[in-house]
Amino acid sequence: MSAEQDVVVLGTGMHPWGKWGRNFAEYGVVAARAALQDARVAWSDIDYLAAGNTMRNGYPGYVAGSTFAQALGWQGIPVSSSFAACASGAVALEAARVRILSGKADVALVVGADTAPKGFFGPLPGERPEDPDWLRFHLLGATNPTYFALYARRRMELYGSTEKDFAAVKIKNSRHGVANPYARYRKEFSADEIAESPIVADPLRLVDICATSDGAASVVLASADYAARLSDRSRHVRIAAISTVTPKYPNTYLDMPDIATDSAVGSDVPELGFRDSIAHAAYEESGFGPEDLSCAEVYDLSTALELDWYENIGLCAPGEAESLLHSGATTLGGKIPVNASGGLASFGEAIPAQAIAQVCELATQMRGEAGDRQVENAQVGLSVNQGLFGHGSCVIVTR
Amino acid sequence: MATKRVPALEGFFREEDDGTARLLGGRCVKCGASFFPMQWSFCRNPVCEGAPLDEVELSHTGRLWSFADNQFSPPPPYPQADPFVPYGVAAVELTAERMVVLGQLASGTDTKTLSVGVEMELVVEPLYETAEEIRTVWKWKVADKS
Ligand SMILES: [Zn+2]
Repeated sequence: MSAEQDVVVLGTGMHPWGKWGRNFAEYGVVAARAALQDARVAWSDIDYLAAGNTMRNGYPGYVAGSTFAQALGWQGIPVSSSFAACASGAVALEAARVRILSGKADVALVVGADTAPKGFFGPLPGERPEDPDWLRFHLLGATNPTYFALYARRRMELYGSTEKDFAAVKIKNSRHGVANPYARYRKEFSADEIAESPIVADPLRLVDICATSDGAASVVLASADYAARLSDRSRHVRIAAISTVTPKYPNTYLDMPDIATDSAVGSDVPELGFRDSIAHAAYEESGFGPEDLSCAEVYDLSTALELDWYENIGLCAPGEAESLLHSGATTLGGKIPVNASGGLASFGEAIPAQAIAQVCELATQMRGEAGDRQVENAQVGLSVNQGLFGHGSCVIVTR
Repeated sequence: MATKRVPALEGFFREEDDGTARLLGGRCVKCGASFFPMQWSFCRNPVCEGAPLDEVELSHTGRLWSFADNQFSPPPPYPQADPFVPYGVAAVELTAERMVVLGQLASGTDTKTLSVGVEMELVVEPLYETAEEIRTVWKWKVADKS
């Protein structure tokens, strides 16, 4: 895709992550108004609103697009409300981008916000044996941290990773997060503190696993033509690719919330595993490759998972993530800083907002406005995440 | 005290007289792929265009793919014991079906003795009890060497 077909990020806005105990729409409106102000675009100029849904806030959460449109003041514009679990924000971004590229909108607002329950995520209520998400909790007690622990243990067994490697991810991300005013936890963790943290799902400790948070993120996207008509374009950055791929059959890598994988009998296993295919699609679309990245935001649901992502997005070969981490390459000041925002380790997860928050961070980095967590000469950034039930999410942002 | 053993959910597994478990799945009449649980009545392989599944019992042995040890009590609908009893979860690759199936680890399994690739077998164990019945589930146990 040529640069003329890129959509432009005019503005970003966030509500700080935390446990604020208010309605999700309140956070969403704060983030949306901040994004509009940053973009210097009036709400009345927006001609499309795309939102990520939240599943745990009743009907308004299932129709988040209209909830935010009503809260900002009805303008008669079309809306969309997307749910793709942790990838919801990317699907909303893609809905807005496609609308713009098709010529049906010039400038669009994308919003995701959540109010998270306390403790582990559970399934939606009711007895539903046909729902894999209900089944895994009821029959197996397989929580999200259980899956993260299975992936982490697999990594330890295959590549010899250790708890110390996982702790090094936490130390790095928590240090990065200190400089982020939107992060929930702005405290640097020491190796000793991490070693004292209780085991949740062995081999992972409480501090290895991301919390669930309230928060909101928003961006204003515009067509290249619309952006070109604005007088001050110095802070504009572009979206070069969005990947919202699903797995290819057979998906033989255990995927949350399933209790079994597909069978590899009777068909060829795809050349790329699902997680590898997520960034691959964005590289294909943009023409960029891992070697072009200035920084990356990866979905560190657990510390160990961050290491998997290094390999899945092509920063290094399988089994080499620990070496890359310990070389300092993925720390601020290194060759390819990962989670300069502080990542989920510093934020906790606000599901429908998270993929949008990743793009807010990349845009801030590309603009050179990230302050103490600024990546030097940031030109190209990639965000990646995965939502349960087979949702890939990857966005490439460029100057 | 309840003594009657009943699966916690019908249609997922069957208990043999020797206490081992058989998972009840589906197998495509066209491509031979297996599914667990059956979930739908048709094959998910796109080239099979919805070919029907035969109801089959899957292999009850496989190789350990990964494992975890849960030390925190999960949310409902996990049937919680009081006080909470930690439990392991194993992912095991069925050799014949070439698919990974999750299950809790059999009680008494020491995860410190486990490693990926170990041969595992399915057994039936209690998940929880009601006044009348012992509700059971399939679990993964390190296979007997004999
Ligand atoms: Zn088939």
